[in-house]
Amino acid sequence: MKRLPTGGRLIDRTTTFDMIFNSRRITAHPGDTVAAALMANGERMVGRSFKYHRPRGIVASGAEEPNALMNMGEGEWLEPNQRSTVTPVVKGQSFESQNHWPSLEFDVGVINAKLSRFFPAGFYYKTFMRPRWAWKHLFEPVIRQSAGLGKAPDQPDPDSYEQFYAYTDVLIVGGGIAGLHAALEAGRAGAKVLLLEQNPNLGGRALVDVVDIDGKPSPDWIAATIAALEDMPNVTIRTATMAAGVFDHGYVTAQEQVATYTQGSDAPRHRLWRIRATRIITATGAIERPLTFAGNDIPGVMLAAAVRDYAELYATAPGERTIIVTNNDDAYRTALTLHSAGIAVPVVLDARPEATGTLPEQARAAGIRIETNAAIAKVHGKRKVTSVDICDHTGAGDVRETIPCDSVAMSGGWSPVVHLWSHCGGKLNWDEANAMFAPDPKRPPTGDDGEGFVIPAGSATGDLHATQALANAAEAGRQAAIEAGFTPSVGAAPLATAPTEYPMLPVWMMPINAPYKLRSKAFLDFQNDVKASDVALAAREGFTSVEHTKRYTTLGMATDQGKLSNINGLAILAESLNTPIPQVGTTTFRPPYTPISLAAIAGDARGPLFKPTRKTAMDAWHDANGADWEPVADWRRPYTYVRDGETKRDAVHREILNTRNHVGMLDASTLGKILVKGPDAGKFLDLIYTNMMSSLAVGKCRYGLMCSENGFLFDDGVVARLSEDSFLCHTTSGGSDRVHAWMEEWLQTEWWDLQVYTANLTEQYAQIAVVGPDARNVLESMGGMNVSREALPFMTFAEGELAGIPARAYRISFSGELSYEIAVPASRGQEFWDAALAAGAAHSIMPYGTEALHVMRAEKGFIMIGDETDGTVTPLDLNLGWAVSKKKEDFIGKRALEREFFHRTDRKQLVGLMPENPDDVLPDGAHAVEPGTNIYGQKNMIGHVTSTYYSPTLKHGIAMALIKGGAQRLGETLSFPLEGGKVIKAKIVDPVFYDKEGARQNV
Amino acid sequence: MLKLTCPYCGVTGEETEFHAGGEAHLKRFGPGSGDEDFTNYLFSRKNPRGVHFERWRHQYGCGKWFHAARDTGTLEVFGTYTAQTGEPPADIVAKIKAKRPEWEGFA
Ligand SMILES: [Zn+2]
Repeated sequence: MKRLPTGGRLIDRTTTFDMIFNSRRITAHPGDTVAAALMANGERMVGRSFKYHRPRGIVASGAEEPNALMNMGEGEWLEPNQRSTVTPVVKGQSFESQNHWPSLEFDVGVINAKLSRFFPAGFYYKTFMRPRWAWKHLFEPVIRQSAGLGKAPDQPDPDSYEQFYAYTDVLIVGGGIAGLHAALEAGRAGAKVLLLEQNPNLGGRALVDVVDIDGKPSPDWIAATIAALEDMPNVTIRTATMAAGVFDHGYVTAQEQVATYTQGSDAPRHRLWRIRATRIITATGAIERPLTFAGNDIPGVMLAAAVRDYAELYATAPGERTIIVTNNDDAYRTALTLHSAGIAVPVVLDARPEATGTLPEQARAAGIRIETNAAIAKVHGKRKVTSVDICDHTGAGDVRETIPCDSVAMSGGWSPVVHLWSHCGGKLNWDEANAMFAPDPKRPPTGDDGEGFVIPAGSATGDLHATQALANAAEAGRQAAIEAGFTPSVGAAPLATAPTEYPMLPVWMMPINAPYKLRSKAFLDFQNDVKASDVALAAREGFTSVEHTKRYTTLGMATDQGKLSNINGLAILAESLNTPIPQVGTTTFRPPYTPISLAAIAGDARGPLFKPTRKTAMDAWHDANGADWEPVADWRRPYTYVRDGETKRDAVHREILNTRNHVGMLDASTLGKILVKGPDAGKFLDLIYTNMMSSLAVGKCRYGLMCSENGFLFDDGVVARLSEDSFLCHTTSGGSDRVHAWMEEWLQTEWWDLQVYTANLTEQYAQIAVVGPDARNVLESMGGMNVSREALPFMTFAEGELAGIPARAYRISFSGELSYEIAVPASRGQEFWDAALAAGAAHSIMPYGTEALHVMRAEKGFIMIGDETDGTVTPLDLNLGWAVSKKKEDFIGKRALEREFFHRTDRKQLVGLMPENPDDVLPDGAHAVEPGTNIYGQKNMIGHVTSTYYSPTLKHGIAMALIKGGAQRLGETLSFPLEGGKVIKAKIVDPVFYDKEGARQNV
Repeated sequence: MLKLTCPYCGVTGEETEFHAGGEAHLKRFGPGSGDEDFTNYLFSRKNPRGVHFERWRHQYGCGKWFHAARDTGTLEVFGTYTAQTGEPPADIVAKIKAKRPEWEGFA
């Protein structure tokens, strides 16, 4: 079938252009969807199914399409799984069908179908359990070769994506007649209205299924209503925008296909809307259900309404002889549409005992043959429909007649789209008459005020008839306006007049008593190849919960998320279990309604904007002087400064030896600096730290530890008492925000009687450590404050000026050397850095990075939070009991540290390690083992390495480790087995490897 | 994503603007307390489906900790109030009782 001679409401028949499908040229009109263009070019097979690789054709005309998924574009523009039924054609765009190898027409995966008896429900769980080696070497490689929907792009996405925040009184999802009229009602009341429609055009079903609205044909009424809405400044309409999910308190996400986007343009490709709405109207319409009969997946079998959509909107059809099979009056519209377009309709098969409604009578009058109590026993054909076996619906499939045809239009009734209603907890009722789940208006999802915030409208309520759908949409629009604080106008709602329809007949298996032979060819989930027989098997095997059956059979787990398959599947499950459908219930509806792009979710948060980097005042200098960057919390810090001809290891060793022998400089600005001030500051810090801070004299510094209430060490640092009522608390680089928040939490929620405030001053200061035997000489030559041993002894600080820059100098040391940490205003950090470099030139000063810092602290046995601690380590485990006060009545963690378990001598305790071979460096995290096995039969592990380095100072590998009962094991030799069979032996030593007396720092 | 109103600065913000701090009105058991009290203080939480009192911090706003009275099932927020109290304020308790007559009250 090519184009019908007339019609095509959405296409411009005067213009054509080409696009590419599987390397073939396809002619399209502007306005076509890709699926419509394929149909108009006679392409019937558009893909293969996931499990059996059966040929698959277009089934639907909207977002519910399970089969016609395409790889769109090439190279960097490649995007898989595009639903061709909603993708507009673009000139020259290429598409490729999916899930076949080597070609769509010839596919080796079909062999799966021949073996389908061996691929029953749950086959993954049954088949691939034994033997274990086979998964890796046999099953997985074969499955990977033959399965997989679409190709993953292998190049970075060149497009941009953006996010858009919107706040509205009333959000309306769906631009059919119900959504449009609800928007009109709410808009007239003065509410701010946002209307979203997933398709590029407004109007919904009433564009095709024309009804009379207040004397006008529905397309005219739609045009007039759109014009009225466009005149209202408080109403915004967005087409091609799919509301993906409804979340707590009226939060909604939607994805817009940006209309101005073309490949290579500046416009974003997708726009993710993040909406807050006071009320949400879901005018999301209904989706037609397939019928379950043998061969219902053969290309050419389509949903009945989709067939007339293609005819009316795009002037094309799936064939020239179309049999209609139905359980309701609505499908007769398809018969009438095709008949008047000149397409043969050999018969309408109606499962009901009689068909006497207005639409069937119209069909009869047009001369169309109608068979009642009729069903399809089987569709014949492989890659396309060739004929249909007809039988009694109430029978077991005995063939009455075989009728040749090239396509089948099926209708199993309609299901309201309840996804958005359900996402945030809206409940459903089973509607017996229409055999569908519909929103229960008494049990909506509730917002922060406790009131329902979602109102269904139109056929999404379950009222499928246009008259009721339009009336309830008027009500919904007014209700939403009132609940958002507006006063709607009074007056009659528009009246839609449509033919009355007689009740449908629920049909879950066609024919009712179909034997296994037919059931095993009757598909429920077209994309995942789940058949009626699979669900019955799952029920027999004990999968009685619908959620379990879904996962066991994969019913509804494909990319269409069961939009077509769910109701039919659970009805068959209910039938197998002999349980009423409402008792079986539905699976959970989860966002998104249809897939949205990960790139849209990321938005601008890509590359350098993914996570902003914190930079110190001297960052640019480091970058210009060989810094090899290392991320430290949100900061970047120089790991080392590499010079020409050096390896990183060379550079680190040079920096260490220069600092130990002469003088080094470290940018320590990232250290947290929290000011704690107030009459009760000392008292407060006594509670926060494990040791006593209130006794610290003004001008002095003290190293302190912080524990959680559970007794575990989580931060450390030096506290300086600036004045009687103020302390500056240094924290770890990664801990400053956490510690500040921690202090605030205790102050605000537990000890709010204390008169204390805190301020995080971390970024107010640049802090530069000047370290090494020549440190004092360097500072003295800069000129200013007295930094002599007498004026500024170890663990004190003083304020003054250095090189004309206001400075606070702390005599603290993390390296064991004579060391000053100088805090200057951040704005003068670079100036100080330059001055210190200049002054230090005579002493061969050079900067050092974080690795030299780490090695030097390890040589001194100083712990590092995050290396020696992991959230299960107490100060006692780290030989830091001296910093845990026994005098204080209370501090955070004190009660926990009283627990017996923390005092057991076989806890893992900090030790130093010296490998027997001086050149050996233990790997980080290496485990020490002892002979024998533990209670699980595993190697007897007694602890692990927490820090490990090669010490250029000692010319020896060194490490720190947490070892069971380590405190009593000094002198023992431990074994550390490594990958590849090597074993490093290391001796337990005092973790202070260098200058045990502390003579070097105390000069 | 919840909406909450900070009782200190009056701003209504998205959940991402706030930081959840677990159950409110915990009584701290410190040094000298018995093992059971201390264990419950550290590890036992009510976690009800229904009326609940929670700690939140206006992390990306004024920085203040506050409390929220909320129904964890329906997500209704009965009110937010200062963290500097040992129990929920009377007006919020009254509001909850009016809306949830079956609620057994704050204990
Ligand atoms: Zn606030």
